[in-house]
Amino acid sequence: MAADRRTSREIVEAGLARRRRKEKLFRATGMLATAVGVIFLGVFFATLVLQGSSAFVQTFIKLDVELSESVLAPEGELDLAYADFDGLVRSALRKEFPEVSGRNERRELYRLVSIGAGYQLRDLVRSDPALVGSTSTLWVPASSNVDMLVKGNIDPTIEESLRPVSDAQVAWVESLRKAGRLETRFNKALFTNGDSREPELAGIKGALMGSFYMLIVTVVLAFPIGVAAAIYLEEFAPRNRWSDLIEVNINNLAAVPSIVFGLLGLAVFINWMALPRSAPLVGGLVLSLLTLPVIIIASRAAIQSVPPSIREAALGLGASKMQVVFHHVLPLALPGMLTGTIIGMSRALGESAPLLMIGMVAFIVDVPGGFTDPATALPVQVYLWADSPERAFAERTSAAIIVLLGFLLIMNLAAVIIRRRMERKW
Amino acid sequence: MTETKMTDEQALAEAGRAEFREQPAPHKPNGAAAREVVERVTELGEETVGDVSCEDPYIVTEKVNVYYGDNHAIRDVTLEIGRGQVIALIGPSGCGKSTYLRCLNRMNDSIESARVTGTITLGGQDIYGSDLDPVALRARVGMVFQKPNPFPKSIYDNVAYGPRIHGLAADRAELDDIVHTSLDRAGLLKEVKDRMDEPGTGLSGGQQQRLCIARTIAVNPEVILMDEPCSALDPIATARIEDLIDELSQDYAIVIVTHSMQQAARVSRRVAYFHLGRLVEVDETDKIFTNPQHKLTEDYITGRIG
Repeated sequence: MAADRRTSREIVEAGLARRRRKEKLFRATGMLATAVGVIFLGVFFATLVLQGSSAFVQTFIKLDVELSESVLAPEGELDLAYADFDGLVRSALRKEFPEVSGRNERRELYRLVSIGAGYQLRDLVRSDPALVGSTSTLWVPASSNVDMLVKGNIDPTIEESLRPVSDAQVAWVESLRKAGRLETRFNKALFTNGDSREPELAGIKGALMGSFYMLIVTVVLAFPIGVAAAIYLEEFAPRNRWSDLIEVNINNLAAVPSIVFGLLGLAVFINWMALPRSAPLVGGLVLSLLTLPVIIIASRAAIQSVPPSIREAALGLGASKMQVVFHHVLPLALPGMLTGTIIGMSRALGESAPLLMIGMVAFIVDVPGGFTDPATALPVQVYLWADSPERAFAERTSAAIIVLLGFLLIMNLAAVIIRRRMERKW
Repeated sequence: MTETKMTDEQALAEAGRAEFREQPAPHKPNGAAAREVVERVTELGEETVGDVSCEDPYIVTEKVNVYYGDNHAIRDVTLEIGRGQVIALIGPSGCGKSTYLRCLNRMNDSIESARVTGTITLGGQDIYGSDLDPVALRARVGMVFQKPNPFPKSIYDNVAYGPRIHGLAADRAELDDIVHTSLDRAGLLKEVKDRMDEPGTGLSGGQQQRLCIARTIAVNPEVILMDEPCSALDPIATARIEDLIDELSQDYAIVIVTHSMQQAARVSRRVAYFHLGRLVEVDETDKIFTNPQHKLTEDYITGRIG
């Protein structure tokens, strides 16, 4: 028996091939998993960019508009509120295509340009009333259907009844293009306008400002409260059944579905405290509740990572508890706390469900100018646009997502930079 | 007999638990010799051999017991520590010497489960009495730790921190003076005087430990506790620290915990040998190393245990 026993060396060598095989298999699995993740991410970004990039440009039509005095100031006085700017745009279109007659045809012709053209004209006259009586050449936004046609999102070769632009409109667009009166330019309106029923006039500024005000409320509330709670729990609170209970609850709160916070906000802030609905103030309060657990957990982790030797050194010198915390622990934990806060903020920025509950899902055209003005937020705007039937809103949805992701990227980058900058290497 | 229960202080619970873990519960003998030793401990009464008293005592501990929860970490330690002398605490790991040291400036307060009974007086004042704040106590009893732990601040700020929080300097000039004197006494001034604004953590290990000593003496304490101050240092840095201890011993009472018998022999006037939470033997250093009275002490210093 003893004679044919293998030595340990032989046993080890015999098992080597199996071990190597296992390792190879594990590596391959890991690479496969990573590859799948990267591929999905790539597909996601590619789709977004492909669909959304066209929303950053918009088709414009060049019109020679005669700002005739008889239309703008029929009674000798210019009244911007009632003057028929749309009529001027229409007559400019008629002049461009004099062969078009008949009510229905003309109506189709008028649909080439956006109703925003009239507003643009009004703003022009308001800024320079001396223009009245002259003829101005200006680029007005095309209607969303023309825009989609020009961008190739509507196929003019399919049967006329199946597409939102008629054959006549296709022909007019073609002749405008040939005449050099049709151009795609950067879509400034996307960043300067609030929401609109007309895709070509709809912008994200309202949602952006709503998100901005909300985040201000959130950071002002959640950061100090979260940090104070973390310091108290970590440094001062006695460890007993109560502190355990609080800890468990904070950890659970971080996992509570966000819509529940929305319901809480609705019940407490709007129904009970009678704060205005759809307001960034309430949104910010709800998002503070949402991010507080995240900030507390991150801050506690940051405090825990401060080496005990530093605390002992300070205590040994006769520093009081308070001095240990504020002179040593806090400065060392701050980068971690800030990182946690920014990550919490970016979660808040991307949150839409709780905002639906407190009325921030309304159609709001005006750009909010304060904390109590009705507003939406970027992710809610994405939700609203994704719901719209117009083809042109699809690309705007993607564009809004790109902007949202851009902001999230900036915030996460800021978190990394703050960490790098403030973290003391010594 | 005073009994002090520490429940308020909470902050260093984590650190405290780490400390707690360092105290292994009952000593686990893994050889016949060790088992024999343990048996002898239980056999050999509770009386400390040697001379616990000294001339001009400054710190007097009487029947001090420390419990970490149910773990009885040190038992009935009675010891006098004199002014201007160095006393070394030696003994195998987990024997309670660090615990005893940390009682002297109430660093055990931060461990929630720790409980201290007995009396400890500093210059006649009960340090666990209600009239003495731990903050005030620690200003009088400084501590140097096992691992150099400078603050992540400049060299200057490291030394100036203590005087600043206690308001020891009236103005900047006075503070400068304290910082320079302390660094000088710690034998570090020459090496760092041109880079006072550089981080203290950028220094070498030995320099860091001297910085920590400078930081401690900047507060002008009466007693300095040292918890294995050289265990993380190389022999050259160790020699410098030992010279420093020698110099400082003229002005301060120094209590040093060490694992190195040679170090104890070199720096201390008296040696206290701890074993399993008991103070087994205390005496003049020469006497302990040449003629130990207790069998356990002899076994330890001859390298048979520990």
